[in-house]
Amino acid sequence: MAVAGLKDATAIVGIGQSAFAKHLPQDEKTLACRAVLAALEDAGIAPGEVDALASYTMEETDEVELAKAVGFGDLTFFSKVGYGGGGSCATVGHLAAAIACGQASVGVAWRSRKRGSGPRPWTNTTVQLPTPAQWTRPFGLLRPADEIAMLTRRYMHEYGATRDHLFNVALACRNRANQNPAAVMYERPLTREMYMTSRWISEPLCLFDNCLETDGALACVIVGRERARDCRHAPVYVHSAAQGLPAQHHGMVNYWNDDPLTGPAWTAARHLWKHADFTPDDVDVAQVYDAFTALVPLSLEGYGFCGRGEGGAFTEGGALEIGGRLPLNTSGGGLSEAYVHGFNLVNEGVKQLRGSSTAQVPGAATCLVTAGEGVPTSALLLRN
Amino acid sequence: MLTPVTDGDGAPFWEYAAQGELRVQACADCGEPRFPPRPCCAHCQSFASRWRAVSGRGRIWSYVVPHPPLLPDYAQQAPYNVVVVELEDAPRIRLVGNVVDHAGAALNSLDTQRIRIGARVHVVFADGLPQWVLA
Repeated sequence: MAVAGLKDATAIVGIGQSAFAKHLPQDEKTLACRAVLAALEDAGIAPGEVDALASYTMEETDEVELAKAVGFGDLTFFSKVGYGGGGSCATVGHLAAAIACGQASVGVAWRSRKRGSGPRPWTNTTVQLPTPAQWTRPFGLLRPADEIAMLTRRYMHEYGATRDHLFNVALACRNRANQNPAAVMYERPLTREMYMTSRWISEPLCLFDNCLETDGALACVIVGRERARDCRHAPVYVHSAAQGLPAQHHGMVNYWNDDPLTGPAWTAARHLWKHADFTPDDVDVAQVYDAFTALVPLSLEGYGFCGRGEGGAFTEGGALEIGGRLPLNTSGGGLSEAYVHGFNLVNEGVKQLRGSSTAQVPGAATCLVTAGEGVPTSALLLRN
Repeated sequence: MLTPVTDGDGAPFWEYAAQGELRVQACADCGEPRFPPRPCCAHCQSFASRWRAVSGRGRIWSYVVPHPPLLPDYAQQAPYNVVVVELEDAPRIRLVGNVVDHAGAALNSLDTQRIRIGARVHVVFADGLPQWVLA
């Protein structure tokens, strides 16, 4: 039988991570090396067997330096994906494609980040502004929170979504982090009172609508399905993978698109589902990119869990909690576990399908993982 | 305050703004307006463009109210409003800006409670930047 594209041709067989904290003493390269070695150890694969790498363009650990430091073999495929948090799932997708068509055999994807203790661009007036920002920054639209708040306000206006809907997202993530000892917010419960009285960051987004600032690193190992059967853990298959950059898209400030509220998630989703054997109704657990709470209802619509404009209402009645219609971000996500440009969502998807999550969905067999909505994005469907 | 870092495509917008004019780029062949400015028309692939004067009237499409931490010059004026204005005579062109009490007034010169999605505004200019006042 001919191979049907990417479907189940490769699997994630190893995952690794550093500690997550506001401040870690090690530098990004050291954190990256530790996460990669932990992922290879988890897979039972020697560093010398690695021949493919994928990372983000914003990753500061150069692949040449990583290969040297960790002791990789000859590399025959390496790739970097742009657009920050939009790249997380695409790193896995690129490796899966390369391995499925014979360009390499053992791939490592990683992300190492010191955003918790590193510099923040909006505290520094001498920061070099990219030219596209000429249309936004002089007017004081300075931070990602401001840019997404603009779409959030319009979304609330058009569809009647409320701050309670955004709170439902923040609460589901925090509740899961409260079950995860590795999460930055492990022992810090969130209440509706805390949410509603917290300080504004950019109205209509408050403190708890924003992801954490975190130091940390994660990595995963991908191999072909034959090889995967010989690894230490049961394989988690890459069932479908997609990237999405819609026509006339303009990144975070997608205000001049014909329809700014249907973002890259819609484009990625069409390809993702076209190549899948199952539908949104069959997804047992989802890891949805949550740099801001408002990205979750938009993504739920984009990936087809509900209709246009219904993402807010979807969050009601505990739908995103364990036992709900779509348990979400079961490690705590970017809002409450760690914000490492969404790579923790990939590894948590693997944990769920291995049955080893700290907030395990009983019998989880399918998982959607998404990268950043609001920027050119990517997504994965994983199955065991 | 940050001033626009312009590129070759966007420079005419700022040159007209410095003269107190609001103009948008449009295809010289098919007439399709486009924003942000770019070398080529996505509609007909023509490289010919012109800068079309617009009325300067529009409606607020959305708005935010940023609070610190912000760059120091902006933090001093926070909370202030940032709006996206949909132009009346080029509806798919939406400009980011600020609604102020009068031309040249501070970013926080208007009570944010007076801002509504759908509210009518018109353009004024100060220091080469377009600003908006309630119509």
